[in-house]
Amino acid sequence: MADKKKRVTPYAVVCIVLLIALAIFFIFPLYWIVTGSVKEKSDIIIKAGEAIKWFPTTISWDNFARLFKTQTDFIVKMPLAIRWLFNSVFISVISMLLTCITASLAGYALAKKRFWGRNFIFSLFVCAMALPKQVILVPLLSEMNVLGMTQTTWGSLFAVIFPIVGWPFGVFMMKQFSESIPNEILEAARIDGAGELRTFFNVAFPLIKPGFGALAIFTFVNSWNEYPLQLVMLTSSEAKTIALGIAGLQSEMSNDFGLIMAGAALAAVPIIIVFLCFQKYFTQGITMGAVKG
Amino acid sequence: MGKTKGSKRSLVLQRRETVVSYLFLLPALFFFVGFVITPMVMGILTSFTDASLANGNQGTFIGLGNYARLFKDPVFWKSAWNTVVIVVVAVPTVTAFSLWVGSAIYKMRSGARSFFRCVFYLPVVTGSVAVVVVWKWMFDKYDGLFNYIINAFGGKGLAWTGDAKLALWCIILILFTTSIGQPIVLYVAALGNVDQSLVEAAQVDGATKLQVFWKIKWPQIMPTTLYVAVITTINSFQCFALIQLLTSGGPNYSTSTIMYYLYEIAFRTTKEFGYADAMGVILAIVIALFSALQFKVMNGGTTE
Repeated sequence: MADKKKRVTPYAVVCIVLLIALAIFFIFPLYWIVTGSVKEKSDIIIKAGEAIKWFPTTISWDNFARLFKTQTDFIVKMPLAIRWLFNSVFISVISMLLTCITASLAGYALAKKRFWGRNFIFSLFVCAMALPKQVILVPLLSEMNVLGMTQTTWGSLFAVIFPIVGWPFGVFMMKQFSESIPNEILEAARIDGAGELRTFFNVAFPLIKPGFGALAIFTFVNSWNEYPLQLVMLTSSEAKTIALGIAGLQSEMSNDFGLIMAGAALAAVPIIIVFLCFQKYFTQGITMGAVKG
Repeated sequence: MGKTKGSKRSLVLQRRETVVSYLFLLPALFFFVGFVITPMVMGILTSFTDASLANGNQGTFIGLGNYARLFKDPVFWKSAWNTVVIVVVAVPTVTAFSLWVGSAIYKMRSGARSFFRCVFYLPVVTGSVAVVVVWKWMFDKYDGLFNYIINAFGGKGLAWTGDAKLALWCIILILFTTSIGQPIVLYVAALGNVDQSLVEAAQVDGATKLQVFWKIKWPQIMPTTLYVAVITTINSFQCFALIQLLTSGGPNYSTSTIMYYLYEIAFRTTKEFGYADAMGVILAIVIALFSALQFKVMNGGTTE
């Protein structure tokens, strides 16, 4: 206890060492995807008595070339894998936009308005949120079949989007954010003669903007990775997302690790970049979604 | 006179507010009722029929037939057992572990804190498919990293996901890496909100670090712990992508869960939708019961 200011306890040292070891363990799979995607076949195969290649000996784009070999016609002639990437982006962007619009309107009404049936609707949202999303997969597919949405490529993409938008988490989160709008401001706007929509867009919306950002990035990442729904709805090769595409590659050629890693890199890297750019909002979204108190 | 006029006016206003509120809610309700509530109701109704692909999804009412069949289906019981193992192992591990990481990093400088938070969140963002394919490679019998390391130390390589005894643990390990990100973020936020004046008061009174944690911080982060436990429970019950991509429920159903078996029945093998929906209903009930139980146990734990 000679140095009181800088007390480095053995526990703190153990903590930091363990944390760093774990961080490496958590980053490693990603490292293995990215390096694996540019490794030559000879670097991937482990030969008896030889050391494993921790780094690629030469950077080879051969895996990507093979990944992009299958072509498709969509606007212009393009590799099928790029079409898959487009589908992933399309699903994520449209889900994000629709969720943000519907959830912020509904969350605002639930937080700031008193109306008949309010408690009932809110409890319905909360109960549905606690139930597992995946148990409705089977009836959801029947419903989409009845609506004829699974017959076309675009229809099936929307068959993935609609249930994501319907999921009540966004409404719940925006309600939490909207609670913080001061009633006095809304009252003042009303006295000044602003209509309901104007009050929402000009007065309430600027105040819940951070929540809007959080919900947007949260929905984007979650819909990108919403695998079970994609698996059930998107059956044609044109309609696949990049995640489904790699899953397909893996079941067809399970030992071509280089090719599969190239696909995995194509799926993971864009979403990780998006996540890193909007990380701040993301953290906010997770904490705001949690039930308080 | 003026009073009645006033209340009449407020009634009109109230009615107007209700109409306006529903207009605001309308878009959200459209998607929610159309694509969440409707399939839920459809699922419950179909679970009482023998609908399947063979009869064109036009089932006839068979009462509790599907449920009775479930109780006699050995694969269902095996899947239920695996599901319970996953939940019982994953929930306490994830909760305890994320609490440990959370308390280790929440006092760090903001740069270091964001770095660790990011790193542990990475597998969630990467997405289950990309995560699983790389793990599958690392678990590979011949070109996998794990067997290489075992061999390098003179051991004998394992079959990992091909081994009925080991496969479920491989799944739980991956599930663990994809589950702790969100709880850590929640714990860092919760620990940051702990009332510092109480902590300082206790330290002045000579409380040890451990005492400060259990007597002051633990009760205050209880709501977060409860929330973490509930979401981890729901996630573990739903664990599906990992299983479908890594083992397809095998070998010999040793990694099949209720969710996976449901998928297999509905889309892979017999395509009996009614039977699959009955499983879905059971799964939903079990999850609801587990969550309720956690609420009860943990709320009983605090002395408030």
